[in-house]
Amino acid sequence: MTARHVLQQADIARALTRISHEILESNRGAAGLVILGIPTRGVTLATRLSVILNAIEPGTVSVGSLDVTMYRDDLAKNPTRAPGRTTIPAGGIDGKTVVLVDDVLYSGRTIRSALDALSDLGRPRTVRLAVLVDRGHRELPIRADFVGKNLPTSTSERIMVRLAEIDGVDEVTIE
Amino acid sequence: MSIRIIGARLPDGTSRDLFIENGRFVDQLSGSQSSGSQSIDAAGLIALPGLVDLHTHLREPGFEQSETVLTGSRAAAIGGFTAVFAMANTLPVQDTASVVEQVQAFGQQHGYVTVRPIGAVTAGLAGQQLSEIGAMAQSRAHVRVFSDDGHCVHDALLMRRALEYVTTFGGVVAQHAQDPRLTLGAQMNEGALSNELGLAGWPAVAEESIIARDVLLAQHVGARLHVCHVSTAGSADVIRWAKARGVDVTAEVTPHHLLLTEELARSYDSRFKVNPPLRRDEDVLALREALADGTIDIVATDHAPHPVEAKDCAWGEAANGMVGLESALSVVHAAVVESGMLDWSDVARVLSSKPAEIGRLSGYDSAFAIGSPANLTLYDPAASRTFSVNDLRGKGVNSPYLGRQLPGRVITTIHNGYLTVSDGELVDADTVAKDAVAGNGGAHG
Amino acid sequence: MRHLLSTKDLSRDEAVAILDIAEDMADVANREVKKLPTLRGKTVVNLFFEDSTRTRVSFEVAAKRLSADVINFSAKGSSVSKGESLKDTAQTLAAMGADAVVIRHGASGAPRVLADSGWIDAGIVNAGDGTHEHPTQALLDAFTIRKRLHGSASRGRALDGVTVAIVGDILHSRVARSNLWLLSTLGASVQLVGPATLLPVSTEGWPATVTLDLDAAVDAGPDVVMMLRIQAERMTAAFFPNAREYSRQWGLDDERVARLPAASMVMHPGPMNRGLEISSGAADSERSTVLEQVANGVSIRMAVLYHLLSGTGEARA
Repeated sequence: MTARHVLQQADIARALTRISHEILESNRGAAGLVILGIPTRGVTLATRLSVILNAIEPGTVSVGSLDVTMYRDDLAKNPTRAPGRTTIPAGGIDGKTVVLVDDVLYSGRTIRSALDALSDLGRPRTVRLAVLVDRGHRELPIRADFVGKNLPTSTSERIMVRLAEIDGVDEVTIE
Repeated sequence: MSIRIIGARLPDGTSRDLFIENGRFVDQLSGSQSSGSQSIDAAGLIALPGLVDLHTHLREPGFEQSETVLTGSRAAAIGGFTAVFAMANTLPVQDTASVVEQVQAFGQQHGYVTVRPIGAVTAGLAGQQLSEIGAMAQSRAHVRVFSDDGHCVHDALLMRRALEYVTTFGGVVAQHAQDPRLTLGAQMNEGALSNELGLAGWPAVAEESIIARDVLLAQHVGARLHVCHVSTAGSADVIRWAKARGVDVTAEVTPHHLLLTEELARSYDSRFKVNPPLRRDEDVLALREALADGTIDIVATDHAPHPVEAKDCAWGEAANGMVGLESALSVVHAAVVESGMLDWSDVARVLSSKPAEIGRLSGYDSAFAIGSPANLTLYDPAASRTFSVNDLRGKGVNSPYLGRQLPGRVITTIHNGYLTVSDGELVDADTVAKDAVAGNGGAHG
Repeated sequence: MRHLLSTKDLSRDEAVAILDIAEDMADVANREVKKLPTLRGKTVVNLFFEDSTRTRVSFEVAAKRLSADVINFSAKGSSVSKGESLKDTAQTLAAMGADAVVIRHGASGAPRVLADSGWIDAGIVNAGDGTHEHPTQALLDAFTIRKRLHGSASRGRALDGVTVAIVGDILHSRVARSNLWLLSTLGASVQLVGPATLLPVSTEGWPATVTLDLDAAVDAGPDVVMMLRIQAERMTAAFFPNAREYSRQWGLDDERVARLPAASMVMHPGPMNRGLEISSGAADSERSTVLEQVANGVSIRMAVLYHLLSGTGEARA
């Protein structure tokens, strides 16, 4: 099967910059913002977003990671997963605006897990969702607040997000 | 009924026809009976003298859920045996004339094999005082072998007295050599593996030290000693040394100690739990050597049936013992015949004439001789089978060989001139009982 | 991983993975909400044929923190003590729909028999069998050592080069056996120390050195000294003359502790016989990991239950 490029490095960079501005705009500034990436690539994206956000409004945005493995509803259907890390910034999440970050939004089940995980950690004021790619086919009533690219797909296709920090290259392909 | 066996190969390698009439071997069938005679084509089969097991647990009376004289006799017959010595650890214990006579009578009534009860050395197997050895010896059961098997006669003075006392009656003490203090709670052979598995060890020295003591005692009092189920290389060495010194000692090894090793305990599958325990490779090899060079005189099964629940549990809670009558000949075949260490005349010796001699059982001293009782088994050495519960005929299914490929198969067994096994299957109990009553293989049907 | 019966069955990667998951589980213990929904709907049975409140409670807390339903099936006061067999009990638990059975049994190999029997289709966790193994104790010991050595940088690490002296009744100790296999799998070097009467007659094939001399072992400066409990019944069975002599020869007293390198840690699986195998000074010192071991027990047992019950039973590729 041949892979088709959907986003190149520059596209990804532009999308993240735009999302950063949208976040600041919807939050009316950087106050109380906590960016939480969902492992693995969501964490990388969250880190990049926080760099951009802190460049726009220096030193105000905190970043962390939120592992959802223990909250998944498909654990019994798959081989045992090694859980990822959860790191919550020192200020916690109570009363904060938490932006969850993931690479691809698909069925919505990962985000459902993330919302459950989040509620065990504290009580944010609001929770937003930012994704690099929304490929549709939702199975739950969940939508993203900030989207890098809407990408209509068929369920037989695979979306691959590669990021330089992990994969050595920035690209999104469809195969 | 008379039987003509055509073309059997005898243990010495020669082939000839065998004729049986009125329970005995004859040089030819008399004309009057030849019309009613039965012919058995023994081409390709080996004729062995009827096998004799000096060490069988028939469990009756008292433990009929494990085995009875009838079921144990059937297990023996399908294994090619025509005589078994029934161990004394029944309930009540075989320590009085009445109990041994009862067991012997059961055997006679069922007729599959000759059942010779073994008498307890000490009353109730309690190791305190001698049982009524004289009464048992002079009873209709003619007890000649005395053993507390399952327990060691570990009190040295009591053992000395027993050795001395049985000489009066031409008997022998068959010792279960196990120092009880050295084997407190013991579960398997002591060594690296027992340590790894966390199972309390049964050290070889617990057997060897008792044998060493007993051979010296036997020599001192001039008595005959038999050592049950020798399981270690060191024991073979001690017996070899004793025989060289002229001690009147005989020894047995079980089929399982000739084939299986302690490695099987790794699975914690209690089918492999037995007393004495399975030992190391080097012990198995030494025991085969000792059997081949005559240090160990005989093979005896230590057939020890147990109900399923006695084995369906954790290793430490399981009963000791394995059934062995049905598989004994095949296991001996696999362990020492296939390797060339024993030939079939050796097998005839270690599984028939010698155990009969030790147990003072007459009729087995010259196999196939004209005029001697017709006890024999026809064995197909070319057969091979995956041993399974379908091959068992006793009540116990605690065989360590289930699922294992074993060579050979018993096709026919003839006890006192009548068939107990025919075409590889047991003759039914009523027929056998009738033939037994008819005595010396009288006509039937 | 379907069952946890022996640490000998664990590969290095599997062992490190369990320790790493336990790190995550330890984080959960520090949160306000100490519960994860991971094993919701699963039933874990604690089947204890021997009394051990400490281990049972540890497993119970672990299972509950993962939202599993927990059934405690103890020998005391149940049909188990009235001679009901392992088989009948197992079949009863199977009928109740147990997904995992945590078994403590006096007979070595009982968990293995349960796993192989076909009586019950559940993950089996060995919580101590006879004098065989106690795998979760060894895992929590390894976790404790790793945490002391590497702190928050523990994840992904093994125990390469760590020297461990295990001291006492090696012969009867399931803790010693499980630690022997696990610690050596993780790269540690193990020395067994004790009187000859309490050492196996043969340690052929064991990845350990053996010495009878505790002073020599102490002076070698091990990173870890793990003291084993001396059971009361050993005192009367001629394994050693009396408690006083044992303590003099193989007890970790204040003087021996003082000779250890500053960073050496002192471990004990508990419960301790203070003044016998370990002095109060040693047990309560900065070196002692005894309380950490208890706390880490829950994290390790959570990790093990997660590992056994969360997936389809196969390792993820």
